Amino acid sequence: MSDKKGFVTGVNGNMVNVSFTGSVIKNEVGYIHVGRDRLKGEVIRINGDTASMQIYEMTNGIKVGDEVEFTGELLSVELGPGLLTQVYDGLQNPLPDLAQKCGFFLQKGVYLDPIPNKDWEFTPLVGVGDKVRRSDAVGSVPEGLFKHQIMVPFGLEGEWTVKSIVKKGVYNVRDTVCTIENEKGETRDLTMVFSWPVKRAVKCYKERLRPDETLITKIRCIDTFLPVAKGGTFCVPGPFGAGKTVLQHMEAKNAEVDIVIVAACGERAGEVVEVLKEFPELTDPKTGRSLMERTIIICNTSSMPVAAREASVYTAITMAEYYRQMGLDVLLLADSTSRWAQAMREMSGRLEEIPGEEAFPAYLESYIAAFYERAGKVRLRDGRVSSVTVGGTVSPAGGNFEEPVTQATLKVVGAFHGLSRERSDARKYPAIHPLESWSKYTGIVDMERVNKARSILIRSNEINQMMRVVGEEGTSSGDYIVYQKGELLDAVYLQQNSFDPIDAAVSPERQKYTFDVLYDILMSDFRIDDKREIRSFFNQVRQAFLDWNNTEWNSDAFSAQQKVLEDLYKGKASA
Amino acid sequence: MQKVYTKIESIVGNVVTVRAAGVRNGDLAMVGKSFANVIKLDKDLVSLQVFAGAQGVSTTDPVKFLGREMQVSYSDALLGRVFSGSGVPMDGGPALTENMIDIGGPSVNPARRIVPKNMIRTGIPMIDVFNTLVESQKLPIFSVSGEPYNALLARIAMQAEVDVIILGGMGLKYDDFLFFRDTLEKSGAMSRTIMFIHTASDPTVECTLVPDMSLAVAERFALDGKKVLVLLTDMTNFCDAQKEMAITMEQVPSNRGYPGDLYSCLASRYEKAVDFEGAGSLTILGVTTMPGDDVTHPVPDNTGYITEGQYYLNGGHIEPFGSLSRLKQNVNKDTRSDHRALMDGMIKLYSSYKESLEKKSMGFSMSEWDEKLLKYGALFEARLMDLSVNIPLEEALDLGWKILAECFEPNETGLKSDLIKERWPK
Repeated sequence: MSDKKGFVTGVNGNMVNVSFTGSVIKNEVGYIHVGRDRLKGEVIRINGDTASMQIYEMTNGIKVGDEVEFTGELLSVELGPGLLTQVYDGLQNPLPDLAQKCGFFLQKGVYLDPIPNKDWEFTPLVGVGDKVRRSDAVGSVPEGLFKHQIMVPFGLEGEWTVKSIVKKGVYNVRDTVCTIENEKGETRDLTMVFSWPVKRAVKCYKERLRPDETLITKIRCIDTFLPVAKGGTFCVPGPFGAGKTVLQHMEAKNAEVDIVIVAACGERAGEVVEVLKEFPELTDPKTGRSLMERTIIICNTSSMPVAAREASVYTAITMAEYYRQMGLDVLLLADSTSRWAQAMREMSGRLEEIPGEEAFPAYLESYIAAFYERAGKVRLRDGRVSSVTVGGTVSPAGGNFEEPVTQATLKVVGAFHGLSRERSDARKYPAIHPLESWSKYTGIVDMERVNKARSILIRSNEINQMMRVVGEEGTSSGDYIVYQKGELLDAVYLQQNSFDPIDAAVSPERQKYTFDVLYDILMSDFRIDDKREIRSFFNQVRQAFLDWNNTEWNSDAFSAQQKVLEDLYKGKASA
Repeated sequence: MQKVYTKIESIVGNVVTVRAAGVRNGDLAMVGKSFANVIKLDKDLVSLQVFAGAQGVSTTDPVKFLGREMQVSYSDALLGRVFSGSGVPMDGGPALTENMIDIGGPSVNPARRIVPKNMIRTGIPMIDVFNTLVESQKLPIFSVSGEPYNALLARIAMQAEVDVIILGGMGLKYDDFLFFRDTLEKSGAMSRTIMFIHTASDPTVECTLVPDMSLAVAERFALDGKKVLVLLTDMTNFCDAQKEMAITMEQVPSNRGYPGDLYSCLASRYEKAVDFEGAGSLTILGVTTMPGDDVTHPVPDNTGYITEGQYYLNGGHIEPFGSLSRLKQNVNKDTRSDHRALMDGMIKLYSSYKESLEKKSMGFSMSEWDEKLLKYGALFEARLMDLSVNIPLEEALDLGWKILAECFEPNETGLKSDLIKERWPK
């Protein structure tokens, strides 16, 4: 703690100017004393003896001359056991605890300990005299499903020697469990908790690897056609009502990763409540435990202070990196990055910076790029491989993807799942546009066949466009069959019913299996000439396929329905 | 002791500046005879936004700081009353100064919110049956100017089963204000209504206060266990007032002149909608007129990202397509067993009707099936979509079955067989 002080000289929206003496660090956290409240803020610009701070609270009530206390620390989060299952605001304030203390409303100036004050069963992993470096584990505690490693804080550079370590036993999270010393003779007492500045990427790993392993989401159209990789990045832009949030919730429920962090950034509070009430009820099929046990929720909804919204995505990714350092695969879902960009825009306006496109600041692109670049698959110092995958939704103004945030995001992500209003209006969910979207990662089915299937979809779409002009009569029956094949692929494979207990999550094995059958249908040659007959044939195939999708994997009904389907289409196919 | 400052440094738009010390951001002041609030502090230079507009303000007018923020009185005495955007009575009644509460208070902790579960009955089939309004929902009516959106709001106000109605009027034509007042008085709903009215000729700043005043009072009623419905018309005027003020403050505009914080501005108001566990609830129904019928205009666009669905008012009725109540799933499973299925089935048929209609207009020949659909569409529009229809949900569902039976054979409706057996009119 430093005892640097300053005084308020001006207030403009959520920006406060402070005059100070001595030194002030950029991005340092300070508190403004307003009556008995202390309002948290961050220094974002220094000019002469005036520091401009963005305040994470409503600035009502601040007056010129109010005292400001600088902490000398950058905006940080606390990292330690107990993060999982928590619900935090953008500044890592635990919301349920806050509710107990303050009731229905968020009171300003109340900051609680983010890490629950709890005892944990600590098992040491090093002995006295062992050499350790930052991010090395000195011990572990059991946190729900995981062995939560107690690591050397990421900020301690160089080699350290363990001077003392406690025996296996139960300790409070803030008890000293280990003391280490470096070559210069400096010592550090380690507890189970340490803090890390949110805007600095954690880089304590041996090397970064290429994201080459598919992250299974159990959503057919993603895993097969538009895959995401562990350690990769993807974005989901879409107009309002296209189902961005529902899609993200599906991913949060079904993704095959160890930990999911949901950052609800500037979106509706009601949607967070759905997650809050639903996730504890759902079980993770992999572990049989509640889904909440692998989840952290960061929620800075649209009516909460704007500056904290900007911090919330960084808070989320720092926690993701922390769990990655333990060798785990983490998925971060940010909804929505546009609100984060808007928060930057608001602040930039207050700073009277020269605006870029649509008044977004000129540094928008580099900030978005830097954020997504914190995703990655890495090899840790002990050889384990782990990853942070980042998926962000984008809410483009007017649903127009040509706007700055979407474009800046598209430059840096590895997969683009664009949602379309037409598909959501037609109730075709997930409303990911199969032709406009793309992915640079490898999926679960070999690419050659996927590309062939996609080419049918493209051709089918072209024929459909043509038919609108010339009508069905002017279309050849060969073309009409290709059109129907494309429609079939869309109806039975790309669309997925998230409310059906079986269809909502499809295992990769099943996806591969049904894709084989579908592929066979798409590649078959059907000799039917009459268009009415063609239509009714494909209607039957579609119905049979959909029924098949609704049967339980590898059950008797599954094989029976497969036979029905195969009898149906093989009868019409010519050898 | 209150110090009075008599030297105004500058007057730009509705903003005046004075040199004063010890003033808090957001504080209320009197400039001449009008209220004003502090919007910016720079050393000893204080910028004040004058509610009644700076027209006629003299550089020697007295400026007096009141040492508190904007407040509004809260008590049952508010019921039946009409106030201006700054809380001044507009109905000739006495000013209320008791039990003052702050406006624009903090937001509800998401951890204390609950999943909404109660339907609000309005007696309008297009709402009750097809896009059910749910307690604590925030829902705008997207409308082209000229549509009868105020008539619709007034009807909802009269018929909705709620305890307290708060009407926030922004940029309202004086005629419309009289229409609301007369309609509510005639129907007897006035005794549970409070109005905060800003008419088109009133100062711009008061327009931006209307939602905050309305919602602050509504929130207190909700905390006291009342079911409150807040009607806001028209939120586009509110946004335009925000735009006007931002531009005079020389803020950098982001999209079509609107300030960059338009989304946050709207969100902090709409997000006041809430269901308090163990107390009452606050539901918001707003009107957003779409300039040029353009849903991608910044106001409807930002609104759509915030609210839980929307009603499209088009051609004098609520459009079945495009209208969406995101929360209807929470309640329509418990109303009547056939509600969901009938809702989906009827909309699907109506969509086929639209296709047939298009075919007909293009001169294609009509099949027997097309003719059935055309008959169905006409009945559907006349008996269910017409805004003057006022029947409870159950009756509307029965009527739906009746329309289906008049037009189709049971197996043509695509509805499940067991449901048809149970409900098909004999």
